[in-house]
Amino acid sequence: MNIKINNNAYWANPGETILQVAHREGIKIPTLCYMADLTPTGSCRICVVEISNGQLVPSCAYPVSEGMEVQTNSKKVRRSRKSIIELLIANHPQDCLVCVRNGCCDLQDLAAEYGVRSYRYVGEKRSGKLDLASPAVERDPEKCILCGRCVRMCHEVQNVGAIDFVDRGFYSNVAPAMNRSLNTTACVYCGQCITACPVGALREKSYLKKAWEAINDPDIHVIAQVAPAVRVAIGEEFGMPAGTISTGKIPAALRRIGVDEVFDTNFAADLTIIEEANELIDRIKNGGKLPLFTSCSPGWIKYVEHFYPEVFENISSCKSPQGMQGAMIKSYYAQKSQIDPDKIFVLSIMPCTAKKFEAGRPELSVTHKAPDVDVVLSTREFARMMRIAGIDFTRMPDEGFDDPLGESTGAGVLFGASGGVMEAALRTAHFLITGKDMDHIDFTSVRGLEGVKESSIKIGNATLKVAAVSGLHNIDHFLEDVKNGKSDYHFIEVMACPGGCINGGGQPLPASPEKIKKRMEAIYEIDRSLPKRCSHYNNSVNALYENFLGKPGGEKSHKLLHTHYFKREAI
Amino acid sequence: MNTYKDILSKKVPAEKFVEVIAGQYDASKEGITPEQIAEMKLNISLEKADKPVVLVGMGTCGLANGAQAVYDMFVQELKKYDIDALLTQVGCVGYCAEEIIVDVKVPGFPRISYKRVTPENVNTIIERTIVNKEPVIQKALGKYQDADPSIWPEIPLLKDIPFFKIQEKVVLNNCGVIDPENIDQYLARDGYQALSAVLKDKSPLDVIEDTKKAGLRGRGGGGFLTGKKWEFAYHTENDQKYLICNADEGDPGAFMDRAVLEGDPHRVVEGMAIAAYAIGASKGYIYCRAEYPLAISRLEKTIADAMEYGLLGKNILNSGFTFELKIKKGAGAFVCGEETALIHSIEGRRGMPRPRPPFPAVSGLFGKPTIINNVETLANVPVIFSKGADWYASVGTDSSKGTKIFALSGKVVNTGLVEVPMGTTIRQVIFDCGGGIADGKNFKAVQIGGPSGGALPEQFLDTKIDYENLKEIGAMMGSGGLVVMDESTCMVDLAKYFMQFITSESCGKCIPCREGTKRLLEILERITKSYREEETEIDSLMRFQGMLYLERLADVIKDTSLCGLGQTAANPVISTLRYFRDEYEAHLYDRTCPSKACRQMLTYTINEEKCIGCTLCATRCPVNCISGARKEVHFIDQKTCTHCGQCELNCHFDAIIAE
Repeated sequence: MNIKINNNAYWANPGETILQVAHREGIKIPTLCYMADLTPTGSCRICVVEISNGQLVPSCAYPVSEGMEVQTNSKKVRRSRKSIIELLIANHPQDCLVCVRNGCCDLQDLAAEYGVRSYRYVGEKRSGKLDLASPAVERDPEKCILCGRCVRMCHEVQNVGAIDFVDRGFYSNVAPAMNRSLNTTACVYCGQCITACPVGALREKSYLKKAWEAINDPDIHVIAQVAPAVRVAIGEEFGMPAGTISTGKIPAALRRIGVDEVFDTNFAADLTIIEEANELIDRIKNGGKLPLFTSCSPGWIKYVEHFYPEVFENISSCKSPQGMQGAMIKSYYAQKSQIDPDKIFVLSIMPCTAKKFEAGRPELSVTHKAPDVDVVLSTREFARMMRIAGIDFTRMPDEGFDDPLGESTGAGVLFGASGGVMEAALRTAHFLITGKDMDHIDFTSVRGLEGVKESSIKIGNATLKVAAVSGLHNIDHFLEDVKNGKSDYHFIEVMACPGGCINGGGQPLPASPEKIKKRMEAIYEIDRSLPKRCSHYNNSVNALYENFLGKPGGEKSHKLLHTHYFKREAI
Repeated sequence: MNTYKDILSKKVPAEKFVEVIAGQYDASKEGITPEQIAEMKLNISLEKADKPVVLVGMGTCGLANGAQAVYDMFVQELKKYDIDALLTQVGCVGYCAEEIIVDVKVPGFPRISYKRVTPENVNTIIERTIVNKEPVIQKALGKYQDADPSIWPEIPLLKDIPFFKIQEKVVLNNCGVIDPENIDQYLARDGYQALSAVLKDKSPLDVIEDTKKAGLRGRGGGGFLTGKKWEFAYHTENDQKYLICNADEGDPGAFMDRAVLEGDPHRVVEGMAIAAYAIGASKGYIYCRAEYPLAISRLEKTIADAMEYGLLGKNILNSGFTFELKIKKGAGAFVCGEETALIHSIEGRRGMPRPRPPFPAVSGLFGKPTIINNVETLANVPVIFSKGADWYASVGTDSSKGTKIFALSGKVVNTGLVEVPMGTTIRQVIFDCGGGIADGKNFKAVQIGGPSGGALPEQFLDTKIDYENLKEIGAMMGSGGLVVMDESTCMVDLAKYFMQFITSESCGKCIPCREGTKRLLEILERITKSYREEETEIDSLMRFQGMLYLERLADVIKDTSLCGLGQTAANPVISTLRYFRDEYEAHLYDRTCPSKACRQMLTYTINEEKCIGCTLCATRCPVNCISGARKEVHFIDQKTCTHCGQCELNCHFDAIIAE
């Protein structure tokens, strides 16, 4: 259809909104409550535009119609937008200078763009209690502007519904049921609400102080581990384009910060593959519970513990790579290097907020004194740490990870993207079953940003039906089928965050679909560029089995690399 | 007294009841003669009851005045006198100011209405009217039209007394006249005839065409053409459609829908069935606020009875049309009267509006095409088909057809419900029906349309009420609340009141309504504050700053809010600013409230000449700021005075000066 925006003619497709057409044509309309892929609620009214009858309509929710004439910059529009920003500011703590989102805040940007120069409206501000109780996600209701992005993210994308609007009118706010703290709810700590939040009302719990204390303590041996998805995103924090690969810069920076050794979580990802592929084959051969669900996403695991305890037996008992790496550091490495595990401090750099919760699980402790992973920092906190330390990340040289837990293959890095664990596991499963590698090692049918990717693969005589799922709302019908004994899948990979860890709750902000795509491309580029692309070729992993663990799935592996799950209340 | 069911059920199939009552079905071979039917009808409709009938007005207004005690007294006394009488409840006849209203009908005499009946009067009424067949003149409101006008000539006809004189009761026809819980009485007064005729003779499109021709417009506020709305849903194909009756009446000062639901619920159900037939809906909901328990319990009985008579449910009147009706209780949020919020509420979600399009007629309840009509709109529907679309279109003005019910309240002599043809002037409603301003004071303004409407000054009293005229002068039809204000009402205070209402009723979804109305309220609060409460000069400056931004903010709220509630939220401010700007200025510049309603601005002192030292003010002062010996002139300590006004209220000697 033909429409006119600011007196210029454009083509529009039926069903498109004014905002979609405008953005496609490069006409900027500011938004606040709008997020691609979430139901537009038209609640913030920032994106209002004037249509021919003089009415202001929310462009994010208003469909185009033939002959429509739209003004995005009329006097009425400008005045309304500015007033709305002023109204938001009037009910917002004026503490930008000390806010975690200073410099990365939609409200700040809008105030600057619309030239707000005074506090036009002054009055009561909504008060709210800080919710600092959870180990991963903090809420500051006073900063909340009630755009509802987190609510929709939690309900529509993650299907958790830990938070929603409560109270009415001016005193409306976003909170868990009964205004409880997040740690008493079914919140899975995926942190997607943080990525959705345009201001500083939701943020990760910061463990920077603990990390610095360990680094500064000469008696403590600080070992960092870095998750695969961090290396394709951290550059964004320092102005590098999305998808920049910074594998070598990260260990360099960590060493300059004062970390004693830097291991790679990709190593543990390879280790996970060996264990999980063996578990899968074992179940297939010996008639174990199928499908097998992956267990590396801590948000997903907590989701199952709350909502689907019936399927525990279908979940791989493997710890996540972070958990395995922590266990190996405090057992194998401690033994090998003759360092008292109590003096070792494991610092994880993760794209994830749920990893903070995972690290605190009491069952993940080989020493039974301290957790295997002492502190988890998000990618964002790591960037903050570097800024404080005066590190210009862009100018870091490329350095390698330390041995013996630093070697990794292309399969390990795939863990960073949805479908990657599946692909990596199938590469090794194929080898273990048939004794040779796949002809086409790139298993492209489980790649991409779709929430559900299904495929089947022939290995030897067997055909395996597999699926890679990301975004928790996509997983329910798989789980229901399993519950009702109707599922014919063999192996299902689940990542809590849409697209996988590259879009984790701890990744640089703001995230956009384009950036996520770039990060994903970078993951596959790393895989392609590596000489070894299958976990079973990781020499360090093989040496670990030879010297320490014995065989995959063996007794020691079970003790150190596997875990179990707990039923949790669903609120 | 026998019911139609008792009399007919053994002889005629249930789906023929309505036709039998209408005389369209020849039941003579079943042994029922037309004369018998006519006799039954007169008997059941109480027009020619064979024994004395006492009807107690037991709508919420009556009950609030103690109608239950009157009713109980009648039970007791009738027994004592050993009178075989029919004692029944009726809804509200509309004259709330004269509640408790009790009607008595003695065979051979006209039905007579008594006003302000107390349990103590019951004895007299029984003795004089039922036993001695004479009216109790000092309690009589009026009598109903009767075959013999010469009986009781000293009692005026009810329709001739000023409150009723200009009214035209179409929707309220049965309210206060019949027992709302008795389906037979509704049937005997030609109830469900419209539904029967529609199902027999008209296609859904005919119904839509007739409704359009009648010119019925939504009575809930917007005034959209009802037939046109139905047409949208009719043309949206789907396996399931819904019809919802919006009974979430929430405007302060509006109680029309409640009265209709309490007084004549079958009319609404009949209207719903016709509407559902027109759009092709097989399921319907009545969304009624839980604060209307009486309306809900009566609706429950109504639905059950209609089901029993085959007027609801599957295959209604053997026509093949199915309509199932459920009641959904709302928690009483004002915003749930907005149709998309109402839908969310029925779906079990938080009552918050969503942007339109898509309109509910295309995608509504559970994503299915849904039509939402207000109670009064639906109650208008049967009459279009019983009296005809042409008749309906002949009532009212060019653009607004039919009648409109107004809930008349505030500083008016006769509060109550009035139903007048569209085009009646505001003055007629307030001064003819309403009897003018109470306590001999002067008219100042009338708030039309609740919090979404506007306050209109005297110059608009001769405006003919219709949708367009009201809109033009800055008010709106709304649901029909008419709150009359006299010279003692402060218009800034009024705006403040409505802002308080809106800020607590806003759903909190969109920014202009959630944040903007709160700031409007704060600006108004600052304007009406005394200098005594200001601590710094900044506070004083803020009053002026707020005033500068008041209009701008009100406009932004109007332009940008998401739903109807938000878009009209600033109307009370806009209209009072437009017509009573001088009052704002007096508050702002002179720091006085000309109506002396904003007590915080007043200084209370004692007139030394008038004070006799009775000490009443001192004893009533809650903060003990009045001192003085007995029989000596008293004194108010300004530092501790909280301006509560108790001294002024209690002084018998007019000695308190507030200015």
